[in-house]
Amino acid sequence: MAKVLMKGNEAMALAAIKAGLDAFYGYPITPQNELPEYLSKHMALHGRAFVQSESEVSAINMVYGAAGAGARVMTSSSSPGIALKQEGISYMAGAELPAVIINVMRGGPGLGGIQPSQADYKQITRGGGNGDYYLYSLAPESLQEAVDLIKESFDIADYFRNPVMIAVDGLIGQMMEPVDFEKEVPKWDLQPKTWAANGERDGRSKNIINSLYLDPAVLEQHNHKLGKKYQEMKDKHQRYEMINMENAEIVIVSYGSTARIARTAIEILKQQGVNCGILRPITIYPFPANGFAELPKTVKDLLVVEMSMGQMIDDVKIVNEGKLPIHFYGRCGGIVPEAEEIAEQVLKIVRGEK
Amino acid sequence: MEKVKTVYKKSEGLSDFHLSYCPGCTHGIIHKLVAESLVDLEILDRTVGISSVGCSALNYDFFSCDMQQAPHGRAPAVATGIKRVKPDTIVFTYQGDGDLASIGIAEAIHAAHRGENITIVFVNNAIYGMTGGQMAPTTLLGQKTTTSPDGREAATMGLPLRISEMFATIPGATYIERVSVHNPQHVNKAKKALKKAFEIQKNKQGFSMIEFISTCPVNWGMNPKDAVDWAVDNMIPYYPLGVYKDKTAGDK
Repeated sequence: MAKVLMKGNEAMALAAIKAGLDAFYGYPITPQNELPEYLSKHMALHGRAFVQSESEVSAINMVYGAAGAGARVMTSSSSPGIALKQEGISYMAGAELPAVIINVMRGGPGLGGIQPSQADYKQITRGGGNGDYYLYSLAPESLQEAVDLIKESFDIADYFRNPVMIAVDGLIGQMMEPVDFEKEVPKWDLQPKTWAANGERDGRSKNIINSLYLDPAVLEQHNHKLGKKYQEMKDKHQRYEMINMENAEIVIVSYGSTARIARTAIEILKQQGVNCGILRPITIYPFPANGFAELPKTVKDLLVVEMSMGQMIDDVKIVNEGKLPIHFYGRCGGIVPEAEEIAEQVLKIVRGEK
Repeated sequence: MEKVKTVYKKSEGLSDFHLSYCPGCTHGIIHKLVAESLVDLEILDRTVGISSVGCSALNYDFFSCDMQQAPHGRAPAVATGIKRVKPDTIVFTYQGDGDLASIGIAEAIHAAHRGENITIVFVNNAIYGMTGGQMAPTTLLGQKTTTSPDGREAATMGLPLRISEMFATIPGATYIERVSVHNPQHVNKAKKALKKAFEIQKNKQGFSMIEFISTCPVNWGMNPKDAVDWAVDNMIPYYPLGVYKDKTAGDK
């Protein structure tokens, strides 16, 4: 199929339409505005719902409502807006509702800036809102991967009856790349949404969408039920890519745009005679512990590279269990690391200067 | 043998759950009116009700239609989300004054502003009931609550907010009426108002809200009879009953 040259935010919007998006609810925030702008036109053309809400809080609650009615529904935002959406996301996890949330991350904290960042890692991977819950969280490094993962993410959300977070940064949102929208993505085994509260009774008993359990014993059981889903994600659905691992003496751990840049760094390092691999988490929740178990024995050091002050590094420390020395290199505030900078950091470690 | 004729029974719009409300509270009457309206208009099986946060948080168990429980104040956004993907489904929210007039004022105003084809059942008893009697935006001047122990005073706590009057100024809203359920005559009037609101929704004529003047005997520190009298003597003068907006009036 022919590839189409598109901007990241628009490509992600079209991917959602291809996945059967019934409704989009969102509130403007840079650097993701082209996504709702695209959908405001194209959802209408497809006879589907689009609302620009009065706030992010309202948008996520519209998502909560439509998801409860059984629709395929999505919202998108950027870091401070995602922070506002945490209330509704927690309710959706509690009420076991599927939805897709795109976070085009920018620098923080507070109003921060509008340039690319990966500083929402903890907000995304620790649940973000109140209570014991997690989001299946995918972090693509290219527009093609973003489109493929978004197309699949609606199935994943429906399968787990849990929100899925697409974690990208402003770089992915703003850059242009050729994309094949017809590429096949895995289909998940889905059940009909017989639980939906949609006012379409047709003889069935009433349905209730709810996250309130006043009896502590019942709420504990409910948490165990949710916990089983998160365990299944960890056991069966970790995704990661092992790059250039043969004879690697050092491995960069990096996701999203940063991993993409690290790919260039390892080419620079090859010319210097250094074998450097990349372990690229594609799911940041569940964190790909299995990838670390597969690291070749030749690896002597790990270098975590993030566009943050160091957030994913905590997960690397957990799965590493003290086995390998862990180094960190981060740029933040909207500064994107250059491949040369990353290569230099690797060289320092290999030469024992760091 | 004389034939036994049923002259009154519980509406099939209500389930068999015991209501969780305090003795003398008018939530029970309002629930009955909502249920009867849905049955009378033959829309019960295609309705989704949105429970909010407050005394009525558990009413997803009380109504016999599909229900969704919303975060505090967000019921009109949840209703919007449903209505936009299921335009033929009847969607109503059931919200108290803390939920709608305070934390959820933005969601309620903007649902009206967009002209969402939903119905809001707004229950105003001038106090936070479930959390134990704190001051609400609609608490009257001088009214004692657990967070205005010396009585509400305007200088630091503002004047009581008139919601129906405010919503009547929103161009997108179709029907706004304030009713009371303090005696049988007004209960009947209130039911007419509710049925009108649901009919407007059924006819896809847009946003409707019925505000109910209600009581909270427990947190007002009164017996049910005195609470009803207090509502009539103090609330209705500040919150006058009547139709505040009716865009359909010209269509008759």
